[in-house]
Amino acid sequence: MGIFKDAGHLFRFAALFVVGTLTFLGIRGFFVPKSFGEYGHYRGNAIVEVAARPIHYAGNQACETCHTDVVNKKKDGKHAHVNCEACHGPLAKHADDPSVEPTKLDTAVLCLSCHTASAAKPKGFAQVAEDHSSGLPCETCHQPHSPAIAAGGAK
Amino acid sequence: MPGVEGFMYPNETALHWSVLIVLYPFITGLVAGAFILASLERVFRVEDVKPTYRLALLTALSFLLVAPLPLQLHLGHPERSYEMYFTPHSSSAMAMFGFVYLWYLMAVLVTEIWLDYRRDIVLMSESSKGVKHWMYWLMTLGSNNISERSLAIDERVGWIVTLVGIPSAFLLHGYVGFIFGSVKANPWWSSPLMPVVFILSAMVSGIAAVMLLYMLAMRLRREAIDMHCVDTVARYLFYIFIVAFGLEMLDLIHRIYEADESFRSLNFMVHTKLYFSHIVIQIVLGTLTPILLLALTQVWKFSAITRKRIYTVAGCLTLIGIFAMRWNVVIGGQLFSKSFLGYTTYKMGLATREGLLVAIALTVLPLVILWVLVKVLPPWPERSQGPSAAITPVI
Amino acid sequence: MNLSRRHFLILLPAAAVAWQAVLAGSPEASPNYKMSEHWWGMLIDIPKCIGCGNCVRACQAENDVPDGYFRTWVERYHVSDGNLSNPEVISPDGGKEGFSPAKEDEGKYFFVPKLCNQCADSPCTQVCPVGATFTSPDGVVLVDQTYCMGCAYCVQACPYGCRYIHPTKKVVDKCTLCYHRITKGLTTACCEACPTGARQLADLKNPKDPIHEFLKTHSVQVLKPQMATGAKAFYYDLDGSVR
Repeated sequence: MGIFKDAGHLFRFAALFVVGTLTFLGIRGFFVPKSFGEYGHYRGNAIVEVAARPIHYAGNQACETCHTDVVNKKKDGKHAHVNCEACHGPLAKHADDPSVEPTKLDTAVLCLSCHTASAAKPKGFAQVAEDHSSGLPCETCHQPHSPAIAAGGAK
Repeated sequence: MPGVEGFMYPNETALHWSVLIVLYPFITGLVAGAFILASLERVFRVEDVKPTYRLALLTALSFLLVAPLPLQLHLGHPERSYEMYFTPHSSSAMAMFGFVYLWYLMAVLVTEIWLDYRRDIVLMSESSKGVKHWMYWLMTLGSNNISERSLAIDERVGWIVTLVGIPSAFLLHGYVGFIFGSVKANPWWSSPLMPVVFILSAMVSGIAAVMLLYMLAMRLRREAIDMHCVDTVARYLFYIFIVAFGLEMLDLIHRIYEADESFRSLNFMVHTKLYFSHIVIQIVLGTLTPILLLALTQVWKFSAITRKRIYTVAGCLTLIGIFAMRWNVVIGGQLFSKSFLGYTTYKMGLATREGLLVAIALTVLPLVILWVLVKVLPPWPERSQGPSAAITPVI
Repeated sequence: MNLSRRHFLILLPAAAVAWQAVLAGSPEASPNYKMSEHWWGMLIDIPKCIGCGNCVRACQAENDVPDGYFRTWVERYHVSDGNLSNPEVISPDGGKEGFSPAKEDEGKYFFVPKLCNQCADSPCTQVCPVGATFTSPDGVVLVDQTYCMGCAYCVQACPYGCRYIHPTKKVVDKCTLCYHRITKGLTTACCEACPTGARQLADLKNPKDPIHEFLKTHSVQVLKPQMATGAKAFYYDLDGSVR
């Protein structure tokens, strides 16, 4: 047929496209991760991988199972709702293996981050001026787990 | 923090999109613009610009081949960029890039170039020896049919490809405008006008680039420049420039009038951090001056030499101005805080992966590729002795 | 305080087993957690925030956040004369070491902790070209760091500035709402460390979560409501000057 004779080169060119598309679809099958599209346009396994990241903070519940004495001391004081690790730092390693010693805290530094007086802090919040303790660490007078002196928390 | 004024969200102080991301729309803009110029002849039968036809196509191809490079160099993991082809996210304008690019490269540009050059390719494969012969033979796809009928079919198919190519060129560059224009988080970018302004400024830059390259090529070949052709190209440049500038002014006036929550911060930014690149380079030197120069050539009859000089100056200023426009959009959009309370500074590296040297190299590379393409697929008939008879010398 | 949290830990031994597996690093989801039963958010109580920076430090410790980048941060606002459109805002190192004391004046001060808003209609997941960032079925916006190619489009698209490119991994990083913790019945690191209860994890699908009662009895706001992102970080007493 005349048209095919004179348009043969076009068919060859088109064939390149067809071969290219088929090759693309073929390799795509190898490269797209199996869990892709499980829940949406993403790799379903990614959710599990994110959920498997290591934990550093044990959470209050873990502390309370062993340290019931501290729980009792805290429960009626001002720090009742302050979680253990808010002051003691991440302790998952210690909860996992209690022989791992938590870092010793220095009340001269630790308490200041919350309780240094600042006009920016809410008015009802307990704040003290710089010269409040004349340089003495806070635990000289306050028991951190139940800090109010009047409520019998003093040492 | 050094370089930061006022308040910025803590993660905003460093820019994430560098000069390479400025270069990318500039390059694809040149591609789209050069192609539109070529289509003027092919589809709209503007015979005057025919001498630039093949050069425009080769220019588009050289820049299109370089276009993915700035993106690859910018990515944190370029080895994963194939993911855009295998799992494109249909709600992302950027995902569609891979396919629009591939479509435009293969189905439009390569097809059109192949169809237009096929007769020459067959002839060159028959008349050359060794490696050159095999190179051209490969390009013929094994078919040496250059009968009148086959060439007529090529012409017809080529016309359809160009016709399809025009909206494809708009899509190739318009979507870049949409990538920015659809980001509601950024008031400097978010605008329905963005794709339109990008396309129009792309056409301006592409036409200016082909005009300059044509005049340069004729100079290097010691041939006379077809003034009729260059005058027509310059006229189209002028018209499209007016429309592009008009739209940019519309955006500006609209912003100033509405003065929404972002206005004070953006206004301050344009008057301080972006003053040089936006007011001086983009608007005054890069838009108003070339428009004025081109307007002069429309109103007064200058000699050919003067016109050539004016076109050269106007063309160069245009390219600088359009680059500045991309800079002001991309970099400008990251200099201000989304809290509208602060600003940061762009520290462009020199010899880093996304630094100035790489940007310069990526701008020069397409010209090198073009030089190679012009050697392999000559846009003009080979001259025997003296100036080519095909071009009417007008001094 | 957290009666509802006790309900999550159905059996302490079971939780301990799952926890051991997690500490060992194996990717096994907690046996009792079903994604379809949860829809996560957070409640931030502005008047309770004292700007101590505990949350920023805890997040960094829990999630290995690189210095100079922030998954969560605290801003301090100073509004004078009711001038809502021009507040003074600072966030020194994201508030990580707290703030230096402010001097009393006729203006008002307050702190605003910020984090990923876990948007239900997030503009960031919309623009990801490859599907590396997504909203999980339980409403947490996560990043698949082995799939992300680092184009930073999502960073540009987030109206709140909560995303960043990790300096060494070269992929996007952001607050995950401590997904690895909340799927095991723990709360987020920032909520755990907050001494005043200014930050509280909220499960909008759990009828026993105190958030429901809170939403009924208090007026809450979200950041940049005009962006219609479906933000799930709810702020109580958010001032109009907050950006």
